[in-house]
Amino acid sequence: MNPIAHSPHAHAPISIGKVMGTVLLALTPATLFGFWLYGWPAINLWAVSLIAAIVGEAAVLRLQDRAVKPVLMDGSGILTAWLLALSLPPYAPWWIAVLGSLFAVIIGKQIFGGLGQNVFNPAMAARVMLLISFPLEMTTWVAPLQSPGLLDSLRITFMSQPIDGMASASLLGHVKTEFTRGIGLEQALIGHYVPMDMLWGSRVGSLGETTAVLLLLGGLFLIAKRIFTWHAPVAMLIGVAVPALVFNMIDGNHYAGPMVHLLSGGLMLAAFFIVTDPVTSPNTALGQFIFGLGCGLLTWIIRTWGGYPEGVAFAVLLMNAATPIIDQYVKPRIYGRDRKGAALPANKG
Amino acid sequence: MKLFDLRGGVHPEGRKDLSAECQIRSVPLPKTLYVPLQQHIGAPATPVVNVGDHVLKGQLIAHAQGAVSAPVHAPTSGVIAALGDHAAPHPSGLPVPTFTLESDGLDQWIALKGEDDPFTLSPEDVAARVAAAGIVGLGGATFPSALKLNLSRGVRTLIVNGGECEPYLTCDDRIMRERAVQIVEGIRLIAYAVAAQEVLVGIEDNKPEAIAAMQAAARGSAVQVIAMPSMYPMGSEKQIVQVLTGKEIPAGGRPADIGVLVHNVATAYAVQQAIRYGRPLISRIVTLSGGALKTPCNVETLVGTPVEELIAVAGGYAQPAARMVLGGPMMGQQFANTGVPVMKGTSGVLALTSKEIGQAEPSPCIRCSTCVRACPVGLLPLEMAAHIRASDLTGAVDLGLKDCIACGSCSYVCPAHIPLVHFFNYAKGDLAAQERAKLKQEATKKLAEARTERIARIERERAEAMAKRKAAREAKERAAKEAAAQAAKEAA
Repeated sequence: MNPIAHSPHAHAPISIGKVMGTVLLALTPATLFGFWLYGWPAINLWAVSLIAAIVGEAAVLRLQDRAVKPVLMDGSGILTAWLLALSLPPYAPWWIAVLGSLFAVIIGKQIFGGLGQNVFNPAMAARVMLLISFPLEMTTWVAPLQSPGLLDSLRITFMSQPIDGMASASLLGHVKTEFTRGIGLEQALIGHYVPMDMLWGSRVGSLGETTAVLLLLGGLFLIAKRIFTWHAPVAMLIGVAVPALVFNMIDGNHYAGPMVHLLSGGLMLAAFFIVTDPVTSPNTALGQFIFGLGCGLLTWIIRTWGGYPEGVAFAVLLMNAATPIIDQYVKPRIYGRDRKGAALPANKG
Repeated sequence: MKLFDLRGGVHPEGRKDLSAECQIRSVPLPKTLYVPLQQHIGAPATPVVNVGDHVLKGQLIAHAQGAVSAPVHAPTSGVIAALGDHAAPHPSGLPVPTFTLESDGLDQWIALKGEDDPFTLSPEDVAARVAAAGIVGLGGATFPSALKLNLSRGVRTLIVNGGECEPYLTCDDRIMRERAVQIVEGIRLIAYAVAAQEVLVGIEDNKPEAIAAMQAAARGSAVQVIAMPSMYPMGSEKQIVQVLTGKEIPAGGRPADIGVLVHNVATAYAVQQAIRYGRPLISRIVTLSGGALKTPCNVETLVGTPVEELIAVAGGYAQPAARMVLGGPMMGQQFANTGVPVMKGTSGVLALTSKEIGQAEPSPCIRCSTCVRACPVGLLPLEMAAHIRASDLTGAVDLGLKDCIACGSCSYVCPAHIPLVHFFNYAKGDLAAQERAKLKQEATKKLAEARTERIARIERERAEAMAKRKAAREAKERAAKEAAAQAAKEAA
């Protein structure tokens, strides 16, 4: 006799592995663009991140006496490492990727109890750890399209050999530096802010964060595939764009406009691939909107008044911490009840 | 007519094409039928015939017992061979009290009392005849229909549910296509019995032929046939009320609380048969389907027919079934023993392949909240399951566990394949057990208190009686002494 199974006796053709696979697919165009933009060092860094995450997760599972294969096959560790790699400076040394990946999957995820249990987005937690611990390596940017050869690229990634004349500054970093020198925004942006380049992604930045168009397309694909809804991404973009617009109108020489903010830093990557992380975001549509709005606002505040030029990772971690509170207060109304949970009145009319 | 939105819901693969084009077939008269005493919500019926009795088709063999119950009639003529335990159409397969009826092959009806002009009956009479015919909700809930009529007199709206949102099932589709005229008369009788002002028949738009047939049959009457979007669980009572009226049944309440009564199309047909022809409910339409059956089809079968005989009608198995299900795949129950009988509430018999079931090992919840979006009630299935997993049933109740309709939408869409509804039904069962235990404890306490009081009273009464006897004895002794003294005095 079969063991007794409970209804439903049918299931949508979906699994965790498929969900993760779809997200990875959506990330692929932006990633390939990053490879093209920054060449071999970017590919090295991406590969090292993934390998470190897989090996690290397998080791930790072995220590816990848990089955390794099903956990690795769910693809969540790979996705975390992939996202982390996309948020690293493309010429960062290998050990940055290794440390970050191990931190993400072990401290960020497995220590909390594995998939679904972590409070903070593992990729963002790892990025913040790296940024605080290794500020130099994490803020050494290069201009795109320098295409070093394979040998040079191995030297860049594995021997940390800086290559002369390659260093550059990200837009947000550059603006912040110029402010400290008393130079206004209008002048600071000259030559650094070319809207079309920013849109396509030919700009200074992390490995996979620069191409607004491809990230947007990937996000729309996932919304169409119903992997997540529009609420958190749109709210995050609003959270950044609205205050940017207001303050830019008040003082255009000191506060960058909404387009500058939307197209720079890791905002697009975060809006579609980080704040949509289901584990660390609220579980209702309204909750996700509030969460996204908070991420956007905090990002703008940190960028504008904080000590760091970029604030996405910090903003996400702060809102991750607020997620249980949002979930506590934002709940759907139950059928036949009012918002407070009392039964609706009878009405025979 | 303006339709209102259903919250959540899912779009399971319909798979209705397997059997939708198959006309309702008859089933060869089975040699032996198994008729359980309880085929409805409420108290089991009480037998009124004895083992060895010869019964006619449609003869009452067990009458309703108590306020919520329904009578049971003989599905064919023959001899009551036994009244004992037979495997129930339930996942446990546990035995339940069941009549075994050996058919005499004549299928001879008892004398029936129909009504040529049923609208001359009083509404109370209609309800009484529905009760006597043993009609229960044929959509699957099997609540005694007459009780619903009596509790709903004077509602504004009668909703007749032709949603049939469960995948695979086509029994309501077929009965609407083939017997629309009878159904519409049944609907009008129900509307008459409760004096409803408005009659809405909701049918999912994936059944255009049924909609057309019902519209044709309803022409010229007050019955409005409405096409509803195809979405699961459109045919659930709470949901169809919401979609057609925009109103919600208050939590813990009944549709009558908002002036609505809901009946299934097959129930309306049974009502028509009972009132016009006097036929009790002894047969129903059942969909036989699933990828493991050779020729899926719809059959009209007697209640009590063993499922294995129906499988033979469907041509047997094309491949071994990974799972047998009674009802639809979303809310139906697995069963293992094909000797179990069809009951009044059996809408389908499914033989599913493992590919159709799509079961996989559960993995951890990633809080993707797909279940929250799918829930038609507005619950947080992931949170409720987390509380139940941690044995925090109170927490789950606070999140709305008791409002869950167990439709299975959340489990269906869960990418982690977590059996969410299983968690909820387990918790509901555990809560019910706790409540029963509490009642038992209270009853025990009351009995213990009564006993203590009784013992004290007996003691008291005994002491009083003893005191009385003592007093009487003393009085007697005193009197004797006095008498003796008197006698002595006199003697002296």
